[in-house]
Amino acid sequence: MTAPLALELTGITRRFGPVLANDDISISLAVGEVLALLGENGAGKTTLMNILFGHYMPDRGSVRIHGQDMVLGRPRHAIAMGVGMVHQHFSLAPNLTVLENVMTGTEGLWSLISRTAKARAKLADLAERFSLKVDPDAFVGDLSVGEQQRVEILKALYNDCRILILDEPTAVLTPQEAQHLFRVLRTMAAEGLSIIFISHKLHEVMAGADRVVVLKSGRVVAERSTAATTKAELAELMVGRQVQRPARVAATPGAVVLKTHGLSLTRGGHTRLKEVDLFLREAEVLGIIGVSGNGQRELAQVLSGLAVPTSGAIDLFDAPAGTLTPARLHSLGVARIPEDRNSEGAIGSMTLWQNAVLERIGDDRFSTGGVVRAGAAKRYCQQIIDDFDVRGGTPATEARLLSGGNLQKLILGRNLAENPRILIAAQPTRGLDEGAIAEVHRRILEARAAGTAVLLISEELEETMALADRVQAIVGGRLSRPVSTEGLDAQALGLMMAGEWKGLEDAL
Amino acid sequence: MRFERREHPVAAITLGAPLVAVALSLAIAGILIALAGAPVFASYAAIAKSAFGSRLAITETLTRAIPLMLTGLAAAVAFRAKVWNIGAEGQLYAGALAVAAAGLALNAPPGITIPILIAVGAVAGMVLLLIPVALRLRFGVDEVVTTLLLNFIVLLFVSMMVEGVLKDPMAFGWPQSVPVPGEARLPRLVSRSKLHLGLIIAVAVAIGVWALNRFTVFGLRSRAAGENAEGAQFAGVSLPRTLLIVACLSGGLAGMAGAVEVMGVKGFVSTALSPGFGYSGIVVAMLANLHPIGVIFAALFVAAIFVGADGMSRTMGVPTFIADVTVSLALLTMLIALFFAAYRVTK
Repeated sequence: MTAPLALELTGITRRFGPVLANDDISISLAVGEVLALLGENGAGKTTLMNILFGHYMPDRGSVRIHGQDMVLGRPRHAIAMGVGMVHQHFSLAPNLTVLENVMTGTEGLWSLISRTAKARAKLADLAERFSLKVDPDAFVGDLSVGEQQRVEILKALYNDCRILILDEPTAVLTPQEAQHLFRVLRTMAAEGLSIIFISHKLHEVMAGADRVVVLKSGRVVAERSTAATTKAELAELMVGRQVQRPARVAATPGAVVLKTHGLSLTRGGHTRLKEVDLFLREAEVLGIIGVSGNGQRELAQVLSGLAVPTSGAIDLFDAPAGTLTPARLHSLGVARIPEDRNSEGAIGSMTLWQNAVLERIGDDRFSTGGVVRAGAAKRYCQQIIDDFDVRGGTPATEARLLSGGNLQKLILGRNLAENPRILIAAQPTRGLDEGAIAEVHRRILEARAAGTAVLLISEELEETMALADRVQAIVGGRLSRPVSTEGLDAQALGLMMAGEWKGLEDAL
Repeated sequence: MRFERREHPVAAITLGAPLVAVALSLAIAGILIALAGAPVFASYAAIAKSAFGSRLAITETLTRAIPLMLTGLAAAVAFRAKVWNIGAEGQLYAGALAVAAAGLALNAPPGITIPILIAVGAVAGMVLLLIPVALRLRFGVDEVVTTLLLNFIVLLFVSMMVEGVLKDPMAFGWPQSVPVPGEARLPRLVSRSKLHLGLIIAVAVAIGVWALNRFTVFGLRSRAAGENAEGAQFAGVSLPRTLLIVACLSGGLAGMAGAVEVMGVKGFVSTALSPGFGYSGIVVAMLANLHPIGVIFAALFVAAIFVGADGMSRTMGVPTFIADVTVSLALLTMLIALFFAAYRVTK
């Protein structure tokens, strides 16, 4: 590499309690280079970038930018030295316009005049140069997620950043939008910017980056030029071993157990679900796929009894279900995996046995006359721990001490232990490592084989293709018609996620 | 310097926190006593002597601890489910007033009168807390504000009653209610003292609340609702139902405190019935780290400081405000100690 170095991270180490998030990490980045930081969730990618941007102080290590030492722990210094960061969760003010958002923080707090015209010209120029079209006077709250990401990038460019960091930039994009993003990043690199993007998706890394650094458990385990590696090699480096995800075998679906009729949900003046029609049959998996924020959360909430639809009706087992509550769903044999296992799925400060039985504490098995039968509950929890291979705790351990994967196994266990007739699984593998994902997939397919009707709400294309028999895309709260995943290619599914399903409806 | 959450809270610190808090608050109060110009150690001795130094002192302290235990339990029950009941003072007065009114109507032997009147006081407290909690559940009204402001409304209502329909004509014009009948007076536990049956009632209630939290479905659900409302709802815990029951318990305990104070000590209601027992109950609950059994001991500490400081101010000439200051300091040091029980300091 002959190009001068834009960035040098040396010996970065950061510990969070007992967890060594970054262990002596050294990375360099050349001017005009696109570097991918690849690793599973929890490998330390985001921590490292937050140190670079000044959100965290490292315990040890230094950062040099264009040969100069950077003061650590101060985002302002990072910005001044030309580091820009686009976070996974955007930091924009929805009630301000694009231009106002971009200008925020660039003018003195006490300056009396705002140089709007000059800023507008600069923004227009940047948007033109990097083909990041966006209306400067639109309110950010009205923009789509993809457009908001453009604003974030423009904001970094407006601050004259020379090094741009993007944290999981494609998580909120359709595959087609992602491709456009990588073309934009290429243009920037050609103009001399240096780019680091964080990802755990192999195909993106191969397509978008010049070089890839693989992190695992807080350490750099490999560094490769994308030209000189393969997806298979990267997968092995990232996971440490080859994990085979289970495959679906053909099955004949049974009777319809869940059917919705024109479900709509309006919240705070926004339509979140519109005329949602779906049906779910025994022994099949119906996948609902979509880009984050298109109504998946609301659909899961309605079907989990946490939100009441504004209009529409739900049939369960061939009878009108009326108003659903979590307790009623449980008694009907509808199991639910929540989207957020930490806030909805478990109560962190309570023990595993309490979490295992909370939703069925009223059953005679676990309480008599209002008094908890702790012995029975603990035995039940131990059974789940054994059957579902939950590691890192006994029934008396507080739930917050479990890792994400193990907590998810406990939640899966308490749902599947009772052979439910329906399983509503919202983002069941979000944030899990490859081993845990394979385990969750195996369990879901086992439940399907046992006759459970599974509704899988997911943002992961591969997951949906692997598990679902039929798939419906969700875009802006509307569902496409169901399509069989048999013979469906990823490109077509990507188009459906972008809302283009007109041509596909005939394929039924 | 940074703070990191401890993986496992250290048991020694959690259990030692109240002791450290008490010791520190007394030490700081010592500085204030010195500033007031009194000999520090002699003042401590005077506090201890006035609180525990004689049979009379001990019974006084125990008597004072009774309403504090009940209001402390009221706060502990509510706070555990994240119902911020700041209105125990008002609920106490509501209970007291209801007892005074019902006492006029009742004519039965003590074995019947006493339980009925205690229940009447509890129900009055319940009703007063159910209103703010229902408003929170229905409209999202912040119960901190409503319960706090209701205290003043209730106190003015009590004032209106004891100047009006409930006014005792035999009280030489003092604004106080007609006394409750003799059948409604709680029996004395120790002769020639004020100590009454309320002590046994309060301790039994504390043990009952502890058992409720520890062993019952309701205890598990109310804790879940307090620790993580979203997660509890997902698991089928009905938040409105749980919080309304919590409100009944908490308000009922505070109302009971008013009933017991009227029936055990004063015999009548006036606006001077409670020197802030409702507010001190919050301190008691925090010092006990919301543990019902801990409430018994925390109430004894707070009562001892109040009784002790009264005596000390007579002999040393230090204002009795020192008691309020000490109790407030104990709350602050307790909160800090609890923080260090949960977090560790790193460089």
